[in-house]
Amino acid sequence: MKPTLVVIGNGMVGQNFLAGFVQTAAAADYHIVTFCEEPRPAYDRVHLSEFFSGKTAADLSLVEDGFFQQHNITLHLGDRAAAIDRDAKTVTSAKGVSIHYDKLVLATGSYPFMPPVPGHDRDNCLVYRTIEDLEAMTAAAQTGKVGVVVGGGLLGLEAAKALKDLGLETHVVEFAPRLMAVQIDEGGGAVLRRKIEALGVTVHTNKNTTQIIGGSTCVNKMCFADGEELETDVVLFSAGIRPRDDIARACGLEIGQRGGIVINNHCQTSDPDIYAIGECALWNGMIFGLVAPGYAMARTVIAELTSGEAHFTGADMSTKLKLMGVDVASIGDAHARTQGALVYHYQNGASEVYKRLVVSSDNKRLLGAVLVGDAAEYGTLLQYCQNGIELPENPESLILPRLSGEPAGLGPDALPASAQICSCYDVSKGAICDAVAAGCTTVNALKAETKAGTGCGGCVPLLKSVLNCELAKHGYEVNTDICEHFAYTRQDLYNLIRIGEIKTFAELLAKHGKGHGCEICKPAVGSILASHWNDYILKQEHLGLQDTNDTFLANMQKDGTYSVVPRIAGGEITPDGLIAIGQVGKKYNLYTKITGGQRIDLFGARLEQLPAIWQELVDAGFETGHAYGKSLRTVKSCVGSTWCRFGVDDSVGLAIELENRYKGLRAPHKIKFGVSGCTRECAEAQGKDVGVIATENGWSLYVCGNGGMKPRHADLFATGLDKATLIKYIDRFLIFYVRTADRLQRTSVWVENMEGGLDYLKSVVIDDKLGLSDELEAQMARVVDTYQCEWKTTIENEDKLKRFRQFVNSDLPDDNIVFVEERGQIRPANEDERKHFKIMEVA
Amino acid sequence: MVWFDVCSVDDLQPDSGICALVQEQQIAVFYFASSQNVYALSNFDPFGQANVLSRGLIGDINGQPIVASPLYKQHFNLLTGQCLEDADVRIPAYAAQIVNGRVQVSW
Repeated sequence: MKPTLVVIGNGMVGQNFLAGFVQTAAAADYHIVTFCEEPRPAYDRVHLSEFFSGKTAADLSLVEDGFFQQHNITLHLGDRAAAIDRDAKTVTSAKGVSIHYDKLVLATGSYPFMPPVPGHDRDNCLVYRTIEDLEAMTAAAQTGKVGVVVGGGLLGLEAAKALKDLGLETHVVEFAPRLMAVQIDEGGGAVLRRKIEALGVTVHTNKNTTQIIGGSTCVNKMCFADGEELETDVVLFSAGIRPRDDIARACGLEIGQRGGIVINNHCQTSDPDIYAIGECALWNGMIFGLVAPGYAMARTVIAELTSGEAHFTGADMSTKLKLMGVDVASIGDAHARTQGALVYHYQNGASEVYKRLVVSSDNKRLLGAVLVGDAAEYGTLLQYCQNGIELPENPESLILPRLSGEPAGLGPDALPASAQICSCYDVSKGAICDAVAAGCTTVNALKAETKAGTGCGGCVPLLKSVLNCELAKHGYEVNTDICEHFAYTRQDLYNLIRIGEIKTFAELLAKHGKGHGCEICKPAVGSILASHWNDYILKQEHLGLQDTNDTFLANMQKDGTYSVVPRIAGGEITPDGLIAIGQVGKKYNLYTKITGGQRIDLFGARLEQLPAIWQELVDAGFETGHAYGKSLRTVKSCVGSTWCRFGVDDSVGLAIELENRYKGLRAPHKIKFGVSGCTRECAEAQGKDVGVIATENGWSLYVCGNGGMKPRHADLFATGLDKATLIKYIDRFLIFYVRTADRLQRTSVWVENMEGGLDYLKSVVIDDKLGLSDELEAQMARVVDTYQCEWKTTIENEDKLKRFRQFVNSDLPDDNIVFVEERGQIRPANEDERKHFKIMEVA
Repeated sequence: MVWFDVCSVDDLQPDSGICALVQEQQIAVFYFASSQNVYALSNFDPFGQANVLSRGLIGDINGQPIVASPLYKQHFNLLTGQCLEDADVRIPAYAAQIVNGRVQVSW
């Protein structure tokens, strides 16, 4: 019988251990069992606050689908390991499961420290650690107006951001005289405080909370030692963590004086068959409250169980993060505690940047650093510190603003191959260079191949510079030209057309391109011209640019026939409308199907039938649905407050208005909308390019979601909007997308690749950072004002109808198109059926 | 060489294609307006098994005139019928010319 390996705790470190262990040959020798106290397996606690900017529990999950089954790991979900019997070598769970172990790994993590302040157990006094905590916060925030975070450390500031995102007036109360007292010095703390206060969060330092009592204007009132008081609805404690060592303590393992399961360099506890890793473990008198050291411990235990010996020799506590949009980084000995350490400061009052270097007494080695407001040098400084690279003659040059022409810090070339680039997954520069040599030419490919940059993400800029440096060495040139005819990106072409007021492909080609064009640049330019000038797309000079679907205003199917989709805005259709579509389907013997976008698709129309079909549809009051275009497809809606018992607002009415506003807008790719009448979200708006959800406080706008091949949950963009503001934001968002995206790039990929991401997009659309808002709105207004139904225009134009025939010189149909019947409707004949049919015909 | 009459120049679509039935064969005829060159290929797409090539986008790749299939985007050389993506696939190509305002093809 196989020995049993039991892992207690399925948090980030426990899961990292399992994921690493199952990659080893030794994994097959063990029966693996793990206990997870929470109702869901491991998720990313580092990025927990993203839960409030639209990410779901599923997005944050660290466990791939089917992981436990695939690796034969028995998972006891929602069941806490309650006791260890070291004599019998068993673990017993809260639900009564008892498992024998041969080797045991404790990855029990930590719990948030709740200061023993009287009243800390009152209503709405919460902590910030699990997804359940976040759900409790969300519920508490719905009825409250004010929120206070107790603790101005790293996690506390993350929590403050969450409260802010929930729409509360937010305060941070810190016992120490400055924020992030552990990681940064006084000067850095002061700059950080000013920046955070500028974001609308009130910071109180030197504040000792003495008790929490009932409030008069809010649910709670906090009382401080200096006699001051603060009314608040929500109190969030983030006053540090404590190792969860109770189960180890109860079974007699050695515990540190102030808690923590004592481990040696092999991550073994005082019982050699029991290991402890992550925040529950105490190594050399230290608890490591970051994820990277936990992962290093996990690697140590994996090595111990497989190859024999490994050592955990401490871990770097350097960290870089973005707190409420402010870059903060701390490296090594930030407080200059090393004897004889020298300190360099740089402070820029205007842009609120603070930098501090701590160097050895001989001025040769970097010991530590603090960066606030601009952490661009973090990667370089960390490498100096970790690899003991000799500093330049004037170390301050590393943090002073660079004048043009000067070399920019330490290039990736200066790093030894052994330099650790990603500390979460322990990936060296050498491993990254190997991966580039083996064909990884993008950051995403490197992430997939080496895992570098997939933990906290802090090393991605350095990863990118190593990549670019290696690509240059291998002679790669990153070519962003759209095709051989234009040495420009789509965005360049857009600007050339806009600024040069170019109206045709021929003119653009003559001025900026060469050759005759191809199926890449022609539709791309056709789309840009249509987005910007909004001409009829079948105008003679544009006709040759369109893909076949646009040329014939229908969707080509596998056999060369077309499908036809009339617009049914918001999915609302009258019985007469349904009958009219039904009659057309019947008359032309078309296959009919309801689409995912709440409309009706009619398949099997021959090219020569399209005008007659559309004549009937237009006569019945229908317009083209643009199902063939890279343009607005549908605005899906739920039935909304008009009929639904739960509806908060009229989602159908808004959906129809939006669909009619944006129909016909040509874009880099198709665009889908959704509008839901309440947070039950029946229209699945959070899976759309633009999603709108009704709330009691107005419309919530989500952007850049996607279904399909690579689903992406939309990001929450703005809340509490009235209709006019909502439409203004969507106008700006769409035109900015139209102007800047690559060809065939959906909004989801566009935002992922955008420098600065969602925050930047918000700054352009909401804060008008580029001063473009009026222009973007004016462009949309032009598009809306010049809308025409392309099919109506086409059937009124004899000349255009000439193209809609199979043969220019005959009225015969294409004899290669053959239908058979299935479930009472037509479908294209398959190859065998077609042969049969042809033989029959000959006979 | 026998030239078959196809259609009038006015029936051609500038910088695009049309299909004609010539001797019971489906012929795709493409017209480059700036150079007034005409090309003719079989209309049948061997990958998609459908008569659709006349509805593809035309242009040039490395100096060769091409049409891209509207179904799965393979390129075919307009002079030779050679598929650019698959050396084993070559579709019939026909000589084409414009004489006195009439389009003619030959094989």
